[in-house]
Amino acid sequence: MKSVATRSADPATLATSLKDLAARILDEAKRQGASAAEVAAGDSSGLVVAVRKGELETVEFTNDRGFGITVYVGERKGNASTSDAGPDAIRDTVRAALNIARYTEDDPCNGLADAEAMARRVPDLDLHHPWNIDVPGATERATETEAAGLAYDDRIVNSEGARVATAGGCQVYGNTHGFLEAAWGTRHSTSCLMIAADSNGMQPEDWYTVGRDPADLEDHVEVGREAARRAVGRLGCRPVKTGVYPVMFAAPAAAGLVSHLLSAIGGRALYRRESYLLDSLGRQVATEDLTLREEPHRPKGLASAGYDGDGVATRAKTFIDEGVVASYILDSYSARRLGMATTGNAGGYFNLDVVADARPVEELMREMDTGLLVTSLMGQGVNLVTGDYSRGAGGVWIEGGEPCHPVDEVTIAANLDDVYKGIVGCGDDIDRRGNIQTGSLLVREMTVAN
Amino acid sequence: MTSTDVIVSARRALWEPDEIDEPEVTGLLGRLSTKDIDTGELFFQLVRHEAWGLEDGRVKSGAYSVDRGVGVRAISGEKTGFAYADNIALPALRDATEAARSIARTGYGSGAGVLTGTTAAIRYADVDPIASASEEDKVALLGRIDAFARGLDPRISEVVVRISLDCETNLVVSTDGLMSGDARPMARFDVMVLAEQNGRRERGVGGGGGRFDAGWLFNTDAAEQYARDAVRMALVNLDAVDAPAGAMPVVLGPGWPGVLLHEAVGHGLEGDFNRKGTSAFAGRMGEVVASELCTVIDDATLTDRRGSLSVDDEGTPGQRTTLIENGVLVGYMQDKHNARLMGTESTGNGRRQSYAYLPMPRMTNTFLVSGDSVPEEIIASVDKGVYAVSFGGGQVDITSGKFVFSATEAYLIEGGKVGPAIRGATLIGNGPEVMQRVSMVGNDFQLDRGVGICGKDGQTLPVGVGQPSLKIDEITVGGTGGAAV
Repeated sequence: MKSVATRSADPATLATSLKDLAARILDEAKRQGASAAEVAAGDSSGLVVAVRKGELETVEFTNDRGFGITVYVGERKGNASTSDAGPDAIRDTVRAALNIARYTEDDPCNGLADAEAMARRVPDLDLHHPWNIDVPGATERATETEAAGLAYDDRIVNSEGARVATAGGCQVYGNTHGFLEAAWGTRHSTSCLMIAADSNGMQPEDWYTVGRDPADLEDHVEVGREAARRAVGRLGCRPVKTGVYPVMFAAPAAAGLVSHLLSAIGGRALYRRESYLLDSLGRQVATEDLTLREEPHRPKGLASAGYDGDGVATRAKTFIDEGVVASYILDSYSARRLGMATTGNAGGYFNLDVVADARPVEELMREMDTGLLVTSLMGQGVNLVTGDYSRGAGGVWIEGGEPCHPVDEVTIAANLDDVYKGIVGCGDDIDRRGNIQTGSLLVREMTVAN
Repeated sequence: MTSTDVIVSARRALWEPDEIDEPEVTGLLGRLSTKDIDTGELFFQLVRHEAWGLEDGRVKSGAYSVDRGVGVRAISGEKTGFAYADNIALPALRDATEAARSIARTGYGSGAGVLTGTTAAIRYADVDPIASASEEDKVALLGRIDAFARGLDPRISEVVVRISLDCETNLVVSTDGLMSGDARPMARFDVMVLAEQNGRRERGVGGGGGRFDAGWLFNTDAAEQYARDAVRMALVNLDAVDAPAGAMPVVLGPGWPGVLLHEAVGHGLEGDFNRKGTSAFAGRMGEVVASELCTVIDDATLTDRRGSLSVDDEGTPGQRTTLIENGVLVGYMQDKHNARLMGTESTGNGRRQSYAYLPMPRMTNTFLVSGDSVPEEIIASVDKGVYAVSFGGGQVDITSGKFVFSATEAYLIEGGKVGPAIRGATLIGNGPEVMQRVSMVGNDFQLDRGVGICGKDGQTLPVGVGQPSLKIDEITVGGTGGAAV
């Protein structure tokens, strides 16, 4: 087996060349007549190695480059993007964007974010930690991960394998205010999917670890075991009686639940009136025990950023303060649509913490007494316009405060307004693998159908 | 236009700008032809995309993109090596080829010699949707549909209209010396509306498209029909009551509710999961997996449909594959890799999102064929249940077989009659179990209007679905309106 290294240019060199490219694109936009322009250019590469049943299954080398430009002609705008960064492509892409702008209509909210909002000093967020792992090394790690899962229990009968992935790169953003910055970072993961079976059929479960720094990844053998532990835990599902019960969202599922609240106070949903939380600033929309805080500058954070997609400085802030909407989540365009100021959230939120009075999960189970602990969710049944929520779920039935048996093929439904106001407890089991970091969340009641 | 013409024009579009020609390509194939590489291929692709969006009464956004690149794959037994380049210059092709072949242990082989073009029937015209209408006409159309939708009812408060046009050219060359290509147009039109009444707001969506140019939007009243659909859905939902909760009979309308087939059986019959034994349908070939009323087909050969393929992304001609015949499992959908490992032939279902992704077995247009029941009789047969005519999407766990799909327009059935509209509810069931409970199949077969998007393993692709009205005797409905009796 030969080892082929991924393209691992020195990040400073890569940043310089991408900044140079961005500057040339902005110059070309001005030359062709744009009154303002902004450009995003990226270059990233990586390696994904998958092993199944102890054999190497795929080796994938990823390699993504390209740029996108937005040009403004007065109050009109046009976008164009390409994977090609040659001089002809730059000229043609700028021309295509300007051509689009010629046919769009005036929108006074269009344009770059205000010059004074641009990030002045971009903090070092410690996001770049290359993983010096080659194909044989990644293969060995994936093989050990899967083997640990397969050996965990006799009821583990099959596997979708284990996967080791590493990627790194540089993203540059610049605009005709003179803002031009580069951000580089790495992201590494190990994942595993195990299948357990009994006479009632097969149950798959996966687990993963992810981080900016390979040193921060969870022990990969434990990843395999956890996938197996979870798959075996799904065996022996029994039906439950349709009714209204307390529902606890296990930490990974709770992050998804919180994401809907964040979407509902997002600029786009608000100005399109596609949110059940219109005009909610200063209003109680969740239990007073719930606070949602953004920490964009967390060192090594998976979603950390020193500036947003408009070049605006990011800053720590509270979106939901003891259940009250303290800030919407706005980029420069949506802010203008709503007559407000940008919150530095072009491209979304950057590291969202659920701050609550965290308690041991066992205590929450005792409090719920009888109900459903949701560990997996399926489907798209979330209507932000009305707040209606109805999704497929799987999990564990809790009776007398103790786990009783796994549950499958049920739905959970309620209106989100009642769900967030009805959160009565937060667990101390915080899942730190995503943009939203939360413990388990206990909701007073939802309809469970079976 | 024949498949030979398509190959000639694809070579011109993909190779000429970088002065690549057959000797360079066969040279690269030679580097993929070693003793322990069973097969290797280069997939060249150029995709141009244009979209225009209207909201708040104005055409505010437009975007154009060009993506051109090559994916290189080498297969050795069950092992796959893969790399790609976002340009088609020779140094990038060489790097990608070397990376892909790194799974091999031995040196270089002899190469492919001369490339031979394959032939296939053409399922859609080689047209450029982007160039098929002027910018002025596209922008004017969006404005016209905005005004039309608002004019349908004074309660319509917001309208978003979007047109999206794609033009793809691809070329596949493999170490067996075969070369095939495809020219794939794609057009899509979407309307989203908000209706407001007494402080209550509801959303409605409509849309359609297929593998053709933008002409259908200008020559027919299709765009107006999509707007009518969106407005109807929003208005109906303004008066919707809480959906019931629990297991009950459900009648699905024709067309788009065929997403049921896609989730309940389609994914589970893709070759990869069955080769690995990880599908709820694995090892059940020849067994009864659905009621005898059910015949399910995947058909890439339908003219102009969103999921249709003249050739798939591995160069295999698109086919019509019967998956379930009168309830009996008779076929899987295969790409070349899984077919070879399972000792069978590709069914032309090898698809990939782009050159930057590996192909895998995917659906094309998947549908349930017509039955004998009159739709009104199907509804009349239900005393208490749900009639669902539109869905927002679905998801399946292939291994356990459980699947969900979420209704966006549905009604109660009371005493055999369609009653009030109900709020969106998710339906959940187990694929093989639910398909056994299909007790009536209508004679009103329809394909969807052409807006389906399917996701698998991080790759999204356009697909079609279809079905006649049908009745499921029992499936769990996830409402909040109390348990059904």
